[in-house]
Amino acid sequence: MSKNINSSSQNFIIEGANCGSCVAKIEKALKTVSGAQRVEMNFAQRTVQVEGQADEAALIAAVENIGYKAKPMSNDSEQDALDEKAKADDAHYKKLMRNMILALGVGAPLMLYGLIFDMNVITTTQRIAWFIVGLATLAVMAVAGKQFYNGAWQAFKNHAANMDTLIALGTGTAWLYSMVVVITPNLLPEVARHVYFEASAMIIGLISLGLALEVKARGRTSEAIKRLIGLQPKTARVIRDGQERDIDISDVVKNDQVRVRPGEKISVDGEVLEGSSSVDESMLTGEPMPVTKQIGDTVVAGSINKTGTLLFKATHIGSETTLANIINMVKRAQNSKPSIGRLADVISGIFVPTVMIIAILAGLAWLNFGPEPSIAYAVVAVTTVLIIACPCALGLATPMSVMVGIGKAAESGILIRNGEALQVTSKITTMILDKTGTITEGAPTVTDVITFNNSDENTVMQHVASLESSSEHPLAEAIISYAKALNLTLSKVTDFDALTGKGVIGTLDGQTLLFGNKALMDKYHVAIDDAYEQAQTLASEAKTPMYFAVNQQLQAIIAVADPIKADSAAAIKRLQNKGIHLVMLTGDNQATAQAVAKKVGIKDFIAEVLPDDKVNEVIKRQAKGEIVGMTGDGINDAPALAQADVGFAIGTGTDIAIESGDITLMRGSLHGLADAIAVSSATILNIKQNLFGAFIYNVAGIPIAAGVLYPFFGLLLNPVVAGAAMALSSLTVVSNANRLRFFKPAKS
Amino acid sequence: MLMINILGALLIIAIVYWFWLFKPKQVQSNDNKVAIVVDNGVYQPAQIKVVAGKELTLNFDRQDSAPCSETVIFPQLDISKALVMGDANTLKIPELKVGEYDFHCQMQMYKGKLIVQ
Repeated sequence: MSKNINSSSQNFIIEGANCGSCVAKIEKALKTVSGAQRVEMNFAQRTVQVEGQADEAALIAAVENIGYKAKPMSNDSEQDALDEKAKADDAHYKKLMRNMILALGVGAPLMLYGLIFDMNVITTTQRIAWFIVGLATLAVMAVAGKQFYNGAWQAFKNHAANMDTLIALGTGTAWLYSMVVVITPNLLPEVARHVYFEASAMIIGLISLGLALEVKARGRTSEAIKRLIGLQPKTARVIRDGQERDIDISDVVKNDQVRVRPGEKISVDGEVLEGSSSVDESMLTGEPMPVTKQIGDTVVAGSINKTGTLLFKATHIGSETTLANIINMVKRAQNSKPSIGRLADVISGIFVPTVMIIAILAGLAWLNFGPEPSIAYAVVAVTTVLIIACPCALGLATPMSVMVGIGKAAESGILIRNGEALQVTSKITTMILDKTGTITEGAPTVTDVITFNNSDENTVMQHVASLESSSEHPLAEAIISYAKALNLTLSKVTDFDALTGKGVIGTLDGQTLLFGNKALMDKYHVAIDDAYEQAQTLASEAKTPMYFAVNQQLQAIIAVADPIKADSAAAIKRLQNKGIHLVMLTGDNQATAQAVAKKVGIKDFIAEVLPDDKVNEVIKRQAKGEIVGMTGDGINDAPALAQADVGFAIGTGTDIAIESGDITLMRGSLHGLADAIAVSSATILNIKQNLFGAFIYNVAGIPIAAGVLYPFFGLLLNPVVAGAAMALSSLTVVSNANRLRFFKPAKS
Repeated sequence: MLMINILGALLIIAIVYWFWLFKPKQVQSNDNKVAIVVDNGVYQPAQIKVVAGKELTLNFDRQDSAPCSETVIFPQLDISKALVMGDANTLKIPELKVGEYDFHCQMQMYKGKLIVQ
């Protein structure tokens, strides 16, 4: 699609416009371009919007003719923003590396000299030589350290103190003291006439190296988001006016008919109108097996069409697609912090001025109580405290790990809503599992029809299916599908009523139909003594037996079974191996529940629970001090999911209940649950390691730098070591967080 | 030595006053549209008074390549925005209730406050 003339509105970024009067000048110039109808410049943003049918090149030329620069504003797509960020990061990296080479190029030979000879200033020759070295160091500081001094000054003017403040003060102190030694050595005792020029240069070099490596490593932490955004195709093949054409994804509108061929990515969410194909949704759900899509099925943007051609109707576009929701949710979650990181926030908030005060106190302590040359020791202590104290690592420790951990989970089809959910998940002691749809497939089928009192199967099924056609119970679908398979025609039932937890009742041809469990039969005084034993046998096989009676006379037992998911038992074993107590809840009868629990290896289960009981069960266990996770498939489990410390919503495939739980498992498998807990534990461990690392550098590093170990061990840190430690601290934290990217939950 | 100690104490008082006690200048915005320059380790303006119950538009102009400046976070609002260098980074915030809302970069090196009245 050409962007040159057709657009009705074009946006440009204007460079070089630094005064209010430029606005009128630029607007006037743009209005002269043929086709430009309305021109509006935003001076604060330095952007200009031109409406009309003007040519882009002509507009740029018009701005350039009056001495400014205009560049088309990139569309707001995430991909472009990421590309630009990558470019900016690259430029920044190169600049930092250049600064590092320059600073270390001067600092390293100086330090080497200091190790071999003394850096004392005694003779006039030494004074001259060191004066020249001092000027060279100043040049290095002005060029390679310019950003730190600028930043420190700006921050100071704004009553703020930041990392630049510490670097500027640290290196500045070392250099100024050295210059005083060189220019007026007589002010100081002979033993204190030592210069620290190498420290200033080395610190700038090492910190630049640390920042450069950090820029590189940080780029990788947002890999998951990049990958998710990369799933979004840029174009879609749409049928309009009977013709197929490729259009920009942003131009697709709802109800457009979209064609997708084998091997292509699905561009927007939609409903299949024509064709059938297997679709790979693994990047969204973590489910490795492709899913077959037929007419009426939904498809999601970002998934890959594998085998056939599909024609689908666009139902969700742009920011409404499942993929866009996921990206947004992951981004939001990545920026939230678990409570584990709050202490670090409070500390980094007051850190820099506190460190400045500590540095002064350390300096005074050395001057008052230190051995001779106390002033030299004081300078070393002040410089070292300022340099080692940069709280960057502390500030980065939590967000970096959360970003990687939540992104890692998203790649496996686990959507974590926020940092708190991530943290609590690792502490869960009891996990309550809803049976239907969680442990089992949630798609029951009729397995047995046992008739009584001379009734025949077809009549029974016709009646039951007619009755159930008014019901919303999950079992109704199984009954109706079974009746349809027998080619039965359903009749209209009157006086329909559903009795929660018991069954359904209705009238057909003047007869009262009852279909439900033993409680329903007991309520209406239906004798089931003959059938009870058979029902119990069916139940012991993990089938749900239900009684059907007409006019209070038992007609049949219909057994429905919900197959257990193939991998439920293995996933449950994984959870138990982690020491988590599992409880299964089900509305089914005792015998069925027992059979399912036995098959999957759960000892603790509660049968015949009503939706309200699920919440009460969660509350009861929380009251005992347990940290309770609840896993369910969304709708009737919603109250219990909300009550639990962490609610895990199973949102299979496209039908994702993103909003209903703290964590959404996009694939149906319970392995997702075990994976979520594994990722959570790994992330929390990673955060703890980071915080430990950062605290060691900052909190333990400061007293050592101030000299508390000197009276006992004669140990006082060298400012260069402090610079290296500071550079390493952020790098360690970022690298450790990146290590999480390679985390793979153990499958057994 | 006494002089040096007094000087040190005064310096500490100055630090406490300058960084913690001083009330920074607040910028009032009546139309709830504010341009914020991110450069040299600070947000300018950093203390912004805006009107409650009205959508707020913040235009961040990032000129600082330091990694900390790449994201601005509003912790109480659960908002974070990546800031692209040399581009118009517009952030629209829905109507806010009266109160104070902090914003900062990832490492909390750059800090600002929205004062909603």
